[in-house]
Amino acid sequence: MNKYEPVIGLEVHIELSTRSKMFCQCSSDYFGKEPNTHTCPICLGLPGAMPKANSQAIEYTHMLGLALNCQIPLSSKFDRKNYFYPDLAKGFQISQYDLPFSQNGFLEIQIASEHTSGVSKDAARHTPEVGQARTKKIGITRAHLEEDTGKLNHATIDGRGVSLIDFNRSGVPLVEVVSEPEMNSSEEAKAYAQKLQQIVRYLKISDVDMEKGSMRIEPNVSLRKKGEKSLPNYKVELKNINSFRFAQAAIEYEIKRQAEILDSGKIPVQETRGWNEFKNQTVSQRSKEAAHDYRYFPEPDLPPFEFNKNYFVKLKKSIPELPDEKFKRFQDEYKLPPYEIEILTRGQKVANDFEEAVKIGNPLGVTPRQISIVMINKKPDMGPASIIKGIVSSLTIIKVATAEELHEIITEILAKHQKAVEDYKSGKENALSFLIGQVMRKAGSKLDVNSVKSMLQEKLRE
Amino acid sequence: MIDITDLTIESASNLLSKKQMKAEELAKLFLARAEVLNKKLNCFITLTPDIAIDQAKRVDDFIAQGQKLNDLAGIPIALKDLFSTKGIKTTAASKVLENYVPVYDATVVSKLKDANTIFIGKTNHDAWGHGGSGENSDFGPSVNPYDQKRVPGGSSSGSAAALAATTCIAATGTDTGGSSRLPAAFCNVVGLKPTYGRVSRYGVIAMASSLDSIGHMTKTVYDNAVVLNVTAGHDEFDATSSAEKVPDYTDGIGRGVSGLKIGLPKEYFEKLDAKIKKVILDAAKKLESLGAKVTEVDLPNTQYGVATYYIIQPSEVSSNLARYDGVRFGNFRDSFGSEAKRRIILGTFTLSSGYYDAYYLKAMKVRRLIREDYLKAFKNVDCLICPVSPTLPFKIGEKVDDPLAMYLADIYTVNANLAGIPALAVPCGFIDDLPVGMQIVGPDFSEKLLYQIGYAYEQETKWYQQKPKI
Ligand SMILES: [Zn+2]
Repeated sequence: MNKYEPVIGLEVHIELSTRSKMFCQCSSDYFGKEPNTHTCPICLGLPGAMPKANSQAIEYTHMLGLALNCQIPLSSKFDRKNYFYPDLAKGFQISQYDLPFSQNGFLEIQIASEHTSGVSKDAARHTPEVGQARTKKIGITRAHLEEDTGKLNHATIDGRGVSLIDFNRSGVPLVEVVSEPEMNSSEEAKAYAQKLQQIVRYLKISDVDMEKGSMRIEPNVSLRKKGEKSLPNYKVELKNINSFRFAQAAIEYEIKRQAEILDSGKIPVQETRGWNEFKNQTVSQRSKEAAHDYRYFPEPDLPPFEFNKNYFVKLKKSIPELPDEKFKRFQDEYKLPPYEIEILTRGQKVANDFEEAVKIGNPLGVTPRQISIVMINKKPDMGPASIIKGIVSSLTIIKVATAEELHEIITEILAKHQKAVEDYKSGKENALSFLIGQVMRKAGSKLDVNSVKSMLQEKLRE
Repeated sequence: MIDITDLTIESASNLLSKKQMKAEELAKLFLARAEVLNKKLNCFITLTPDIAIDQAKRVDDFIAQGQKLNDLAGIPIALKDLFSTKGIKTTAASKVLENYVPVYDATVVSKLKDANTIFIGKTNHDAWGHGGSGENSDFGPSVNPYDQKRVPGGSSSGSAAALAATTCIAATGTDTGGSSRLPAAFCNVVGLKPTYGRVSRYGVIAMASSLDSIGHMTKTVYDNAVVLNVTAGHDEFDATSSAEKVPDYTDGIGRGVSGLKIGLPKEYFEKLDAKIKKVILDAAKKLESLGAKVTEVDLPNTQYGVATYYIIQPSEVSSNLARYDGVRFGNFRDSFGSEAKRRIILGTFTLSSGYYDAYYLKAMKVRRLIREDYLKAFKNVDCLICPVSPTLPFKIGEKVDDPLAMYLADIYTVNANLAGIPALAVPCGFIDDLPVGMQIVGPDFSEKLLYQIGYAYEQETKWYQQKPKI
């Protein structure tokens, strides 16, 4: 099996959390709602109804494109993708064909070094290794905007098997992010999907919940002989995946299945296979013979778009610090181990709490590392103030013998910071916290802040 | 006692506002006439007497309260059955939708409701708007009031026939390739194809979205302007509707044509039937005698119009009709008539991978050239005058087995749709007792000018006074 190298690309669908749907005023917050209550003539595709594009959704797509280092064309348009399916209200889906809102970008994933050994040189666009992990760039082909479909529910009513259609989801804005086939293991595919999820969460444009279906992953997998550079002449698309774990398992299963076929001298059939979570295997759904010709053409009901530079300048300003930038800044500012930074920057809430705690803790001599350790080990979502309170109260004078040393340190600090001493004596209370901080830092060991405080006050009274 | 066949919007509105007649009375006269004549003409798919009476009573209440009403208040109108009407069956003249009742009104329908018009009923037409004769209706053809053996023109066949027979005073139509102008010409009424985007398409069952214009027919040019005053304007529900300001189209309509430059596109006259040619050229001479300057102009890409149109239009049709899959409403797909099937197959082919570039994309390029021809011509002239139809109203059944001959009925009308520009069909005489229409074609948003020219001509000729004998 080791003679093959997996070639993996990912198509990820992300439902945007705009207030209204893509082309009508209905609420896009459909999850768990009574069927067909979030509908109108437009998202039901009633005769004569016409779409009106949701500009918020277009902005969100552009934000994602910018965050994924994409090129953003100044002109763009929607196209019709024609196919029949009972959950598709109009008999076509409004999507984008040749002028997507963004294209040719990339995102970076961290992968363990051992996986790099077999990778051909041009397949990976390396950046220098960081510790035991290294960074790999995965190309983004495009990120385009489209509308979601309705949902079929298969039920039994009066003993009869029926298919019911719920159009609440019909017309919810959906971004499709297509990667280049540049991942070479299920771990890389998982890392890519998780990174994408993290970026989307930072942008606050979707809740990217795999279980709710607001993030859907469709990997395509094929194998080539190690050392070969060209793409295999077939690929297998995987569907029905609603967790990262299943994505990884499905890819692993596929790699094994395809290797066996190749070993027997055959070529795997180009097809779509679904993940069966009960059998733990992929099952054939549709072969290439039945593949669709979607007959794309420009959506005549929506005039093409022209975006101006000012719009993008404004949009760029609305993009927050993204995971990679935050990671680098945490490295520079807090000098924490990469492993810890990775955890702290997974989500904005934890990262913000950490930085807030650093700010509060600094005058009290609490170091970023101390905060980091507490946050990672105890995973407290108790807020920065309580984190510091917790750290400070747990501090005790560890070495009894340090009392004398402490005296020396205090004397030294007071001599060094005459100005602060004068400030304190003239009534400036916060000069005291400054002095406490200096003592704590100098002592370098865990001290009880209250003892330091009373000792300092005593000294200052002399 | 008034003769209702003499009524125009202008005169009927006068009767109502001067309290010489109640709206309910007027509505009843028209409803009774529609009831009787529909049996002969098959111009309505659905009559809506209860709604009409309700609407009329409300108008009478408003008048009794002394409210100042719009010129269209109390005016009996007919709606083409492609216009979605809340609570009123809307069939698209197809068996597929024979029992479909919309839950919402098309924007134009709401505007007409707000203007307090009276809905006489929903008119017959070629199913989905596909046709130039009205014979493609799944509910039987409408007939021409001027000769009941002949077609009234299509696709808005029922609207033109209903209006010419005075079962209403105005009727809505759609115009994708001539569907308002051709029946107007065949039935001696005034038909408008407005600039693309001038009138909202929202709620009107789509035929070919990039070509569809929402028009209407009236007996006189002035009336036509009155209706456009109500229907024109930007609609937030139609992204292709224009934000261009809506003028008062009746204001200055009597200014005359003195000093205007009128072009005769020579390509439109080269192979034209001699009798029709004479009628159109006589109309041009009439305008010349009124002070206009008439010159010949070139529209070199004219000949490619029909071929271009019959690529783009079926392509969009094939996509627009995809939703009628029988899953949620309407009957199953085998209920489609043969013309709809023909266009679905044609359009599916021209959009197919491997053929798209050679057909759809190329047609879109030719479309641009056709528009450029017009823009160039309008640098030298204010408007163009040309025939509406290459033939007189033809006999029912004459062309049904020859789709290509039927498609050629559109030869003088489709180019305005491809270019997106407005065109007004105005009665311009009779040949062998059959009506002939001419088109006045102008640049984008020149409807006001078209009315001004049409009005000047109509004041001199008054062809609308030649009523059908039914
Ligand atoms: Zn909706």
